[in-house]
Amino acid sequence: MSLKTSLAVMLGREPTKPAACEYTEAACALHEAKRANKRTREDNARVQHEIHEASKSHKWRNRRWLVLIAVNLLFVLSYRFDVQLIEGALTASRVIGFHFADLNSALQVMLAFKTVLINLVIGTSTVLVMWWLLGGRTFCSWVCPYHLLAELAEKLHLKLVAKKLVKDHALDRRLRAVLYVVFAALAFASGYTVFETISPTGIVSRALIYGPTLALGIVAVLLAFEVFYSRRMWCRYMCPIGITYGVVGAVSPLRVAYKPVSCHHEGACRKVCLVPHVLEVTKKGYAPDVHVGIGADCTRCGLCIDVCPTGSLKFEVKGLDKLL
Amino acid sequence: MTASPRDIEARRRFLRSVLLGGGVVAASLAGWVPELRAHPLRLRPPGALDESEFLASCIKCGQCVQVCPVKAITLSDITEGFGVGVPHIDARAQACDFSCDAVQCILACPTGALSHKLSKKEEVRMGKARLDKPEACLARQGQGFKGAARLQGIHRYAEVDRWKPIPIADHPYDLELCDLCVRECPIEGAIALAPMSDDPADKRRTPKVADSCVGCGMCEMICPTEPAAIVVDGRPA
Repeated sequence: MSLKTSLAVMLGREPTKPAACEYTEAACALHEAKRANKRTREDNARVQHEIHEASKSHKWRNRRWLVLIAVNLLFVLSYRFDVQLIEGALTASRVIGFHFADLNSALQVMLAFKTVLINLVIGTSTVLVMWWLLGGRTFCSWVCPYHLLAELAEKLHLKLVAKKLVKDHALDRRLRAVLYVVFAALAFASGYTVFETISPTGIVSRALIYGPTLALGIVAVLLAFEVFYSRRMWCRYMCPIGITYGVVGAVSPLRVAYKPVSCHHEGACRKVCLVPHVLEVTKKGYAPDVHVGIGADCTRCGLCIDVCPTGSLKFEVKGLDKLL
Repeated sequence: MTASPRDIEARRRFLRSVLLGGGVVAASLAGWVPELRAHPLRLRPPGALDESEFLASCIKCGQCVQVCPVKAITLSDITEGFGVGVPHIDARAQACDFSCDAVQCILACPTGALSHKLSKKEEVRMGKARLDKPEACLARQGQGFKGAARLQGIHRYAEVDRWKPIPIADHPYDLELCDLCVRECPIEGAIALAPMSDDPADKRRTPKVADSCVGCGMCEMICPTEPAAIVVDGRPA
């Protein structure tokens, strides 16, 4: 998948099946062989059993939750016990003395203030390099405290959907790109960091560190929408922070890679994914190559890797296998 | 011609997106309301830029809160609209007494919302003290003061511990004439007691605030009358 397509899909374009000319020879041969190989009823039963077994694994989810909680707890404990390891909040901090600034918050401040501040440039570059290496939206699923709350809300939502008590109302994915532009324009035009007023990431992070606030009401409303109305509404269709980090991670060395060779194409991965459009390649006949990197919008949360019964989806560091 | 269910869903989806997206933008813009309302300006930490620039440049991280040794700085809540997460000082509850030997908060600020141009406490301009209730002021009545000035707040008494602030309640006074606002003012010459008449036997004195007052709020915090006779006004925008 080209970088342009990967970014376009992140900004809301519907993913499409590659054109005939976009497949590599190896991919064509693989798809051909898969089409020729019809599955029997026993095969299907075996595949369903494998998927069921794989759904019990939560290896990456557990690791990720551990990291997310540890990072946020470090902020809290560092302040409570005055150990000065990580000072500040997720919007901006000092890690053992080094400036770190959240890319989106820094952008909003620079747009509103219309001045580039040297400390902020230092902090932003550190974070830029870090999240480029670790994969951009990795921030979302491995650090953002709202993400964890949203995952819990999602569990509740899916339970209610299964009981047919609520219905998931999908939104247009282009909304997030529109909101991104709107919030950037508002910051520039008004001179206020308008987005920060409702940013659940900032609100939750500050509430954890400095104590609960009324602003948590905004978070509660968002979570209510996600439980009763639209699955993962904020992270999926709205949050501009996701786009900022998505762009940074578009060409990251750390990514989820897909190898279609043993894939059953049953779509278990797409069902658990926050951004299923990036997993379009896992549909039968969609992979343009026998080894494909997943698109920029991927948060590297690892849910698809946990749930994949065939090991077709894996974390990889680009080029590392060649190096070793 | 009837629309296909697919088209209907697409249209509904678009409408939902517009409504909810609009809702999110509207909710964030509601933050403007407290800004538009004329309200007494809060005290901002030392070195804060002018109010509008301050709100634009603050990244709402609270690093200034973390370094303050007397915990004078708190972050505003959503009731302040766009000012959510922005630091302020409630001087009556806990004033900035420069216990840190000046401007740790400025050094901690990652964006320069607290201007790095300042390096001395005398250069700070947070606001200015004003005798708000002259009739309540003990010095103006010629009265002394005995006991704990306040039950709330901590302050660094150089004569007790050069490095550690202690509760004001743990440091009782015995004064013939109340001069707490002058005595505890961290800026030399910012406030003085002036006689109220030419009669040398007249004990009454009135606090006079000089232009060198930095508005730290120490006088407001230490003032033993309830409510405080002297208060600090925030800088006009």
